[in-house]
Amino acid sequence: MDFPGQTQSPPPALHLRALSLVYDKRVLFGDLDLTVAAGRFTVLLGPSGVGKSSLLKIAAGLIPAQTGSVEADDGKPLAGRIAFMGQQDLLFPWADALGNVSVGARLRGETPDLDRARALLAEVGLADRAASLPHTLSGGMRQRVALARTLFEDRPLVLMDEPFSALDAANRARMQELAVRLLRGRTVLMITHDPLEACRMGDTLVVLDGAPARLDAPLTVPGEAPRPPDDPAVLQLQGALLRRLMR
Amino acid sequence: MRRALRPLVTVLVFGLAWWALSRFAGIPAYLLPDPGSVATALWRNRALLAWSTLTTLTETVLGLLIGTAMGALCALAMVFSRSVRRWLMPVLLLSQAVPVFALAPLLVLWFGFGMASKVVMAVLVIFFPVSASLADGLAHTEPGWIELARTMGATRFRLLTRVRLPAALPAFASGLRVATAVAPIGAVIGEWVGAASGLGFVMLNANARIQTDLMFAALLVLACMTVALWMAVDHALRRLLFWVPDMRAADIEAAR
Repeated sequence: MDFPGQTQSPPPALHLRALSLVYDKRVLFGDLDLTVAAGRFTVLLGPSGVGKSSLLKIAAGLIPAQTGSVEADDGKPLAGRIAFMGQQDLLFPWADALGNVSVGARLRGETPDLDRARALLAEVGLADRAASLPHTLSGGMRQRVALARTLFEDRPLVLMDEPFSALDAANRARMQELAVRLLRGRTVLMITHDPLEACRMGDTLVVLDGAPARLDAPLTVPGEAPRPPDDPAVLQLQGALLRRLMR
Repeated sequence: MRRALRPLVTVLVFGLAWWALSRFAGIPAYLLPDPGSVATALWRNRALLAWSTLTTLTETVLGLLIGTAMGALCALAMVFSRSVRRWLMPVLLLSQAVPVFALAPLLVLWFGFGMASKVVMAVLVIFFPVSASLADGLAHTEPGWIELARTMGATRFRLLTRVRLPAALPAFASGLRVATAVAPIGAVIGEWVGAASGLGFVMLNANARIQTDLMFAALLVLACMTVALWMAVDHALRRLLFWVPDMRAADIEAAR
C-alpha cells in the first residue's frame, strides 16, 4: 500500500490514561482510559455533550486535562506528530485550495512542497481546482480540501472530530471511502455520532456515554474498511450500535 | 451601466431641486445662490480652489496615513499584551469623550497655522475607528483557526501574521472606510480655527465676505474630494479583500 506522503517509521499506538475533565463545575469524565491501536482506525461514538470533542482536544494537546496523560507507546513526545481535522473545514478564505492544503508548512516557516500538495489535491479529486478560493467550492469540495490538508501534514496520528457531519448523505458516503483509503496505515481516532459511519470506517468502535462519561468495552468490526453501506454485517452492527446509543 | 446611471440621476434631481428652490422660493442669493452662479464662482476661482484642494487633500492623506499607522500599532500592542490593553483601552475611550473639535484651537496654538495642526486634527479624528476596528477584528479570530494553526506547530508570530491579521482585515477595512469619510472633517475644522490655505480657509473667508457662491463652490469641491478619496480607498480595499465574497456582485447576480 502506498499513498502520497507515507511516513517512514511505523505509527505508534496512542494511550490516554486516567483522564479527567471538569468543565463548569461538572465532571465530564473521570479516570478515563483509552488505547488507540497503532495503524488502526478507531471510532469514538456517543451522544452530544458527553465530552467526546473535549477528549479529542485533550489528545491533540489543545486543552489540558485535570489529571491523566496522553502518550505514544514508542515513548517519543507527541508534539508535531498529530494532525487534527475538525467538524468545519476551517479553510482560510484568503488562500486558494493549494494554499490551504500546504498552509501547515507556511505556518511553520518552511517552504511548502507544492508538488506534494498538488498530488494530494489530485488524490481527493480536485486537481483542477488548485487555484479556486474556498467560497467558490461546494461543501463537499471544501471538506475534501480539508482532508488533503490533513494528509499534507503527514503525521502518524490523525484525530478527527465529526469531519463529515456537515455533508449530505451521498457526499458523506464518498468522503468516508476516500478518508479510509487515504488514511490507511495511520493511527486514527475519529469522533462521530453516526453509527453507519462508524461501522463503515472503523476497525474498533468505542462508545462514550453517561454522566460522568464511561467507555464501553471496544467493539471490533470484522472485514476491511471501507465497508459497503449495504453489507448485512454492517447494517446489523449499525442497528445494534444504535440500540446501544438509545439506551 | 445602471450602477453608473443611479448616482447621475441623484445628482440631477438634487441639482434641479436646488435650482428650483433658488429660482422660485424667493430666497435671496446671499443665502442660497443658484447653481449657475456657483458654477461661475467655481470657474473664476479655479486656481484658488485647486490650490486649496491640494492643501486640504495633503493634510487629509497625511492624517490618514499617520492615523492608520498609529491606530494599527495601538491595536497590535493591545492584542499582544493584556496589560497594555487594560491600561490603554480606558484612555482611548476617555479620548473619545473629549470632542476633538474642542481641541482645535489648542492644536493650532501648539502646532501652528501650517499643515501640522490640521494633520494632527485628522489623526485624532480617525485614530479611534481604525484602532478599535482592528483590535476588534484581531480579538475575534475564529477559534477553530487558532486551534488548527496550533496543531500545525505555528509560532505566535506566524499565527498573527498568517492567520489573525488576514482574518481581521475585513473589520479593519470597515474602520478605514469610516476613517476616510471623516478625515477631511478633521482637516477642515483645523483650517477654520486658523490657517492660511485650504478649502476650510476659503469657506471661512468667503462666508465673512458674504461670497456665498464661492463658499458653495468650495463646499462642492470638498464633497467631491471626499467622495473621490473614499472611492480610491474602497477600491484598494476591495482588491486587498478579493477573497471576501462580494455582496454587490451577489446583488447584481440576484437581480438578473
